[in-house]
Amino acid sequence: MKRFSLGKLTLPAYSFLAMAFMLIPIVYTIIFSFNDSTPRTQNEWQGFTLDKWFGVCDRPGVCEALGTSVFIGVVSTLIATALGTALAIGLVRYKFKSKQLVNLALFLPMATPEVVLGVGLAGFFYNVFGGAIFGMTTVIIAHVMFCLSFVVVTVKARVQTLDPVLEEAGRDLYANPSQVFWKITFPLLLPGIMSAALLSFSLSFDDFIITYFNAGSVETFPMFIYVAASRGVPAEANVIASAVFIAAILIVIVTQINGALKRKRMLKR
Amino acid sequence: MAFAAFGSGSAKEHKSPTKSSKIVLALLMPGLVYLGLFFLTPLFSLVVTSLEKPAASGAIGEYEYGFQWQNYVEVVTTYMPQILRSFFYATIATIIALLVSYPLAYFIGVKLRARPMLQRLMLVLVIAPFFISFLLRTIAWKQIFSDGGAIMQTVYSLGLIPRSEHFLGTDAAVIFGLTYNFIPFMVLPLFTTLERFDVRLLEAGSDLYASPARVFRRVTLPISMPGVISGTLLVFIPIAGDYVNASQNFLGSAKTSMIGTIVDYQVLQTQTYPIASALSVLLMAVIVALVSLYVRRSGTEDLL
Repeated sequence: MKRFSLGKLTLPAYSFLAMAFMLIPIVYTIIFSFNDSTPRTQNEWQGFTLDKWFGVCDRPGVCEALGTSVFIGVVSTLIATALGTALAIGLVRYKFKSKQLVNLALFLPMATPEVVLGVGLAGFFYNVFGGAIFGMTTVIIAHVMFCLSFVVVTVKARVQTLDPVLEEAGRDLYANPSQVFWKITFPLLLPGIMSAALLSFSLSFDDFIITYFNAGSVETFPMFIYVAASRGVPAEANVIASAVFIAAILIVIVTQINGALKRKRMLKR
Repeated sequence: MAFAAFGSGSAKEHKSPTKSSKIVLALLMPGLVYLGLFFLTPLFSLVVTSLEKPAASGAIGEYEYGFQWQNYVEVVTTYMPQILRSFFYATIATIIALLVSYPLAYFIGVKLRARPMLQRLMLVLVIAPFFISFLLRTIAWKQIFSDGGAIMQTVYSLGLIPRSEHFLGTDAAVIFGLTYNFIPFMVLPLFTTLERFDVRLLEAGSDLYASPARVFRRVTLPISMPGVISGTLLVFIPIAGDYVNASQNFLGSAKTSMIGTIVDYQVLQTQTYPIASALSVLLMAVIVALVSLYVRRSGTEDLL
């Protein structure tokens, strides 16, 4: 009997240990955002300070890189989410002969290693427009490209749960197609679209390899870290990463709780 | 190829211009044109570049159209170690990631069903690493495993390995980093299939006097196979193309260079674009072969 209950504990214990292991580098990054370091001593613990949090932008380049990354992330997310949502609706709602091929065309970018995407696009831009084109535009084009498929996957899952009867009811009540879309379809898809946008932003914000090949003189936050890595990462970069992490986790938790509350209210009615 | 195929598809739609086929076109066209322009065309241009020969002017970085298939011979003979190493790392890291992730995904997807709040929390924690820079996470491991760090100091003082040996820069360190970075990509698809797994099948199995191991082999594993396959693809492919973990500034050394390392070097340092393109095409070919094996097994609908 005792052995049996011990066996039952193995899986939960293992899972919590595995989770803890996954979180180690995150904890490390957050701790080192409080490191009272100088440019020469960034890798060793020098004592606790809040200075890096309050003076993040004192370090040249960090905040500029953050701004660039946020801008690229927002623009690429908006474009990728719009294109991807349309694709997802078209794929789930309508039957057409080349669906298998469209599915494959959407899967391939996810299955292509970043280095291939990066070099391929860089070569394409170089051949068609010449070396002067590299900059913000090329980075955004690249980011939309690799975010698109992920948006489709995420929104598709939501479209599949949508009951077409609701839209029919709208049409029966003489709503025109655009009213049906904006008043019925879009609000119902919104949670899926939001999580697709969040995923898209985090993919764009964290991308290094593809950006590196297509950035020209633009420096994103991951590129700042990559360049800094040879000398040791400044605590200010840890501050920004930690702040972004905490914000993202808060957004996720708030949406989760919101969703749970909504479901409860619906059940009560 | 897919270009032509899509074209013929849309032509067919035109022959029967119903209202819904116009809507389908309006919904699909913008996204597909985008992918055609910025995904398929670059892949095609990669193939063209991989066959180019040095320009007559002889300037560095200048190439002209040709059919220099010898580029592929050169790539395979010169970079065999890096090619083999990339797929070796990817294979080992994928296997370890699968072994680590399966029990975790099973616990979250099956055992935690009775506790939805805890289940959601665990899922958020699984994707939590996505919200912090992948480069910073890798650098964190580098610091943790540095020679002066607590772990290596303990290992040295226990005499497990001599002080002249290091963990960073070894195959093991790179495989460790790759595995760590891609575990969430394995857990998520596994969770998705295991979440829908009907636990009554387990009872049925044990009612028929099957041992737990046999039930796992004959019931649980076959049912979770779609998750295993898509998780394996989602982990294997990016690892085969990664070179950040293997770079000297992160967990690797000169002895751990991968395909991506060479491509990066050829493009940004020596500007030998045809060689870099040939290597990329080679990598892509292996991956397309893997994906088509998968498609033959389960169709395209499950891919997305």
